[in-house]
Amino acid sequence: MDYVTPTTAMEASKALAQDGAFALAGGTDLLVKLKTKFVSPSVIVDIKQVPKIMSIENSTDGWWIGAAVPCAEISEHESLRQDWPGLVESLSLIGSTQIQGRATLGGNLCNASPAADSVPALIAAYGTCIISGQSGDREEPIENIVTSPGVTVLEKGEFILGFKLPKPESGTGDAYLRLIPRSEMDIAIVGAGTSVSVDKDKKITSIRVALGAIAPTQIILDGLEDLFIGKEPNENSINKLISIAESACRPIKDKRGTVEYRTKIAGVLAKRTLTIAYKRAINH
Amino acid sequence: MNDMTQTNLERALKIVGSRPARPDGVDKVTGRALFGADKSLPNMLVGRVLRSPYAHAKIISIDTSKAEKLEGVKAIITSADFEDFPSEFVPNGEMVVNMKDITRNVMAREKVLYVGHTLAAVAATDEDVAEKALALIDVKYDVLPHVLEVEDAEKSDAPLLHDDMITIGVEPMPTSASNVAKRVEFGLGDVEKGFSEADLIVEREFTTQQVHQGYIEPHACLASVSEDGQAELWCTTQGPFVVRNFCSKLLGFNAAQIRVTASEIGGGFGGKTVVYLEPLALALSRKSCRPVKMEMNRAEVFTSSGPTSGAKIWVKIGVKNNGKITAGDCVLKYQAGAFQGAPVGPGAMCAFAPYDLKNVRAVGFDIVVNRPKVAAYRAPGGPISEYGVESVIDEIAMKIGMDPIDLRLKNAAKEGTVAPYGPKLGPIGMIETLEAAKSHPHYSAPLGANQARGVASGFWFNIGGETSSSITINEDGTVGLTLGTPDIGGSRASMAMMASEELGVPMELIKPIIGDTNSLGFNFLTGGSRATFSTGTTVVESTREAIEELKKRAALLWEVSLDQVEWVDGHARLISGNEPKTMSLAQIAKQAGKTGGPIMANCSMNVTGAGPSLGTHIVDVEVDEETGQVSIVRYTAIQDAGKAIHPAYVEGQMQGGAVQGIGWALNEEYIYNDKGELENTGFLDYRIPVCSDVPMIDTVIVEVPNPNHPYGVRGVGETPIIPPLAAISNAVSRATNKRFDELPLSPPKVLAKLMHG
Amino acid sequence: MPKTHISTQINGDSYEFLCNTQQTLLDVLRQELDLKGSKEGCATGDCGACSVMMDDRLVCACLVLGAEADGKKIETVEGLSSGSSLDPLQQKFIDLAALQCGICTPGVLVAARALLEKNKSPSEEEVRFWLAGNLCRCTGYDKIVRAVLEVAAEARNA
Repeated sequence: MDYVTPTTAMEASKALAQDGAFALAGGTDLLVKLKTKFVSPSVIVDIKQVPKIMSIENSTDGWWIGAAVPCAEISEHESLRQDWPGLVESLSLIGSTQIQGRATLGGNLCNASPAADSVPALIAAYGTCIISGQSGDREEPIENIVTSPGVTVLEKGEFILGFKLPKPESGTGDAYLRLIPRSEMDIAIVGAGTSVSVDKDKKITSIRVALGAIAPTQIILDGLEDLFIGKEPNENSINKLISIAESACRPIKDKRGTVEYRTKIAGVLAKRTLTIAYKRAINH
Repeated sequence: MNDMTQTNLERALKIVGSRPARPDGVDKVTGRALFGADKSLPNMLVGRVLRSPYAHAKIISIDTSKAEKLEGVKAIITSADFEDFPSEFVPNGEMVVNMKDITRNVMAREKVLYVGHTLAAVAATDEDVAEKALALIDVKYDVLPHVLEVEDAEKSDAPLLHDDMITIGVEPMPTSASNVAKRVEFGLGDVEKGFSEADLIVEREFTTQQVHQGYIEPHACLASVSEDGQAELWCTTQGPFVVRNFCSKLLGFNAAQIRVTASEIGGGFGGKTVVYLEPLALALSRKSCRPVKMEMNRAEVFTSSGPTSGAKIWVKIGVKNNGKITAGDCVLKYQAGAFQGAPVGPGAMCAFAPYDLKNVRAVGFDIVVNRPKVAAYRAPGGPISEYGVESVIDEIAMKIGMDPIDLRLKNAAKEGTVAPYGPKLGPIGMIETLEAAKSHPHYSAPLGANQARGVASGFWFNIGGETSSSITINEDGTVGLTLGTPDIGGSRASMAMMASEELGVPMELIKPIIGDTNSLGFNFLTGGSRATFSTGTTVVESTREAIEELKKRAALLWEVSLDQVEWVDGHARLISGNEPKTMSLAQIAKQAGKTGGPIMANCSMNVTGAGPSLGTHIVDVEVDEETGQVSIVRYTAIQDAGKAIHPAYVEGQMQGGAVQGIGWALNEEYIYNDKGELENTGFLDYRIPVCSDVPMIDTVIVEVPNPNHPYGVRGVGETPIIPPLAAISNAVSRATNKRFDELPLSPPKVLAKLMHG
Repeated sequence: MPKTHISTQINGDSYEFLCNTQQTLLDVLRQELDLKGSKEGCATGDCGACSVMMDDRLVCACLVLGAEADGKKIETVEGLSSGSSLDPLQQKFIDLAALQCGICTPGVLVAARALLEKNKSPSEEEVRFWLAGNLCRCTGYDKIVRAVLEVAAEARNA
């Protein structure tokens, strides 16, 4: 098994185009798979020296978060936390302090787990990612990346360079919650990311709710616009949100939760994240 | 011994009861302490294990020829390298073991009986080669149906794990084999009569899941057998002498050929009381004539060491309206794992032991299933049976409208109570812990929304057993202690404290070490809460013998008779004469050469008279009724320690036991798929409590001295894991108005109960 | 298989070593450099017994490749004390009996030191969540949390 440290995106793409090549960013998933012999790479491509992949930038266009920036560093970014608190909370939940010191958004997305904490929050924040490959860069919405558990749209030689988030317009709030059995260190049984924007009358102008761990990939709830746009949330619309969330679930039963449990919790977390996001939006 | 106890209790204690630094503290905080995996030897090989992928299969053949030819492979072993034994049970702590089963558990013989069962082991020049060799071993199996749960295993058409297993303890003796290894029964009086006198009877069935001790240090050892058959074994164990005896039997060594040195031990809780890797490493080393190091990875620890039983239990209690219990009855069905030996005996013995009952019965069944063979886990068997009983007691308290502590006080066992398992109890602290609980501010503190309070008590016997230790007085007046029970939680400190108290010399001048198996007589293991009690007894005895010798030497130097010398505060003192004359320990030691040579003493005995330890815990929980999540808001553990030698480490046992119990109650469980494979073989999904899961664990140490120990020690390690299971279940039941009867109380299970009843 | 040549700084000293790609930083520390204070409890990042600092970030050494340590600054439990003087956390853990078996202690100490460098006055809740990745099966965490809080308080009052 070789180990290479390319210093340009092109070199990285070429290295990753080799048979059996695996990208290494924070390594919190890859090293576990190596240890348990789940994968046997021919070459490990450490992409952390590629330009821009380790940087966080705030411009008038919005936010850039390099794909290999450790979560601990992202959480320390105060102005990002002010703009997208739900997203920062989501990535602060991944693993322990130690895991945070290494884990990355790029890895969390490309590991393609339905339970990835940052992904529903990134989707709710209308995030996109820049995919680098031998033929250049392309931009894709986050929700288009994962196609099934463990599988992404990335082609041979491609890797995620970083993430773009819009600068939130005033009156925007987001939130992420997950359900785990303990207080820390677990994989989400259900995760929910929600963002809403409101006008000066506190009426909702946009809403997005993304759920994780309740289907093979993260899903965006449909049909929320009619319920919420132009209105304040009320008991009736929130109850409908709960049933939309529940009926969108296509979960599996596994060691972490039953179908019934996941379905029920999806509704609870959709409701709770909307409540938090709405409160943040009217105070933003 | 009673007289000496009196002397001690009347004397003001200077060291015992204080909180000095532990002798191994600096080594442990600097990373210097050497644990099982931390030692290496020149020319060392790496040993790895081939494990069964099947839950139940006949082994048709094992062909190691290809693996043997791989470059770098130095030895391969299978069951052919181990002795076979007839069925014979020998006690091992609170557990019983059978050499016929141990040899089969260490290395599968006719069948594999669980996923992870050892089939072969390889020693090679490095880990990669060893792993490749394992892949080249060709095993042919005849896969058999498997069974995982006791209620399936006891059915007449269940797959049989052992086709010669006839249930013991049933009259008449069954004529056909089954998975039920034995039936045990304990009790007093007439249970049916007792129930007929009751105003209220509550009965309920409970389920608990298999859980693991979860020590953070995986099993590890390093064996070196020389060409002449002399063996050195370094390993992480609760009992190096027990390891020596198991290994010598399994491999045909004599005891003197194997010297076992216990490493520092990274947690055991009962799980490091039997052998897994040790005989394999010795056999591989004997075959290769090179040192062999073996370590389990975390998944192997979960699949292939010895967790404790999951169980199905039934409890029935009858009570008068005034709270007086008229009868208690229970049936306990415990998983043994692949070989018999579930801790159902002790479970049945202590189920009702906190109470003074005239009519009581506990029946237990030891049932084999295709899971790893259970080992001891902190109060083996006790948490399960007492969870059921303490839950029913709480339900009764609610139904008759009585405070749950008052109900327990009304029925509490006390000195003179005949225990359900036979003996008349000596002084015990059930009433004292209940009263301490009732008067604790926690018990009357206000509760928040969605919160409720639960209480439960726990009883554990504690044990003594064979013990040997020695003391040497060095010529500069310092002291060496050699102990035979590995120090898991600060016992070197408590032993040095007791020696210091007796001798009257500062603890810093006393150096306690854990000796190897050649340095002392046989020591039973650190377990059964016995180390401070048993080793402490021998330390006090040998120290007193050393003091007698020191007095003799002083008498010689003063040329007086021995009865003219007494020992006070680290000095010999001449009793007669007008002016006080004293000689320090150091002064006597310096002249030891002139007065008869080195001064040392040892004490080897089979220590008896362990005192049961009672505990009562109070817990406040908060239940999120939308998600089923239970959080522990406040926790108080109260326990009778007899006497706390080092109160900080007694508190530590209570806190650690309570949090292990919290884990058992809330989230820990072995999860199997339908192929009999364990699905949660890591700490990610085998969810032991993390730091943010728990609050501070408040403690109250009650001291009702055990008359059979020089300082009154009972042993404290095991009792604190018992009450949390029921205390938490009771609190959740009170918070939700639903009676919970299944562990763990994980969010999916709690919510399902709230939704469906 | 070619080995990678790595130069790194560990506890202030320069080290060079050769490692295979699959060797983790923990493997290298323990097997190649004989720094056995970092413990392996799981090798999958779930227990924290191998906690070390890499370029001032708390990480699990089992989730870092040895090759990634090139040019980095690593700090392990062996670097906590200086000369014969213990770090205040080390001393407090002894004084308050914040360890029983001691296998988790090196990782807990490294993690707690990292917290106190970042946050001079952590709340109990902050200590508990910061240390959530350091499993301890003996103590129930009570005395560990108290020790960290006391050291923080004493440092503030010093």
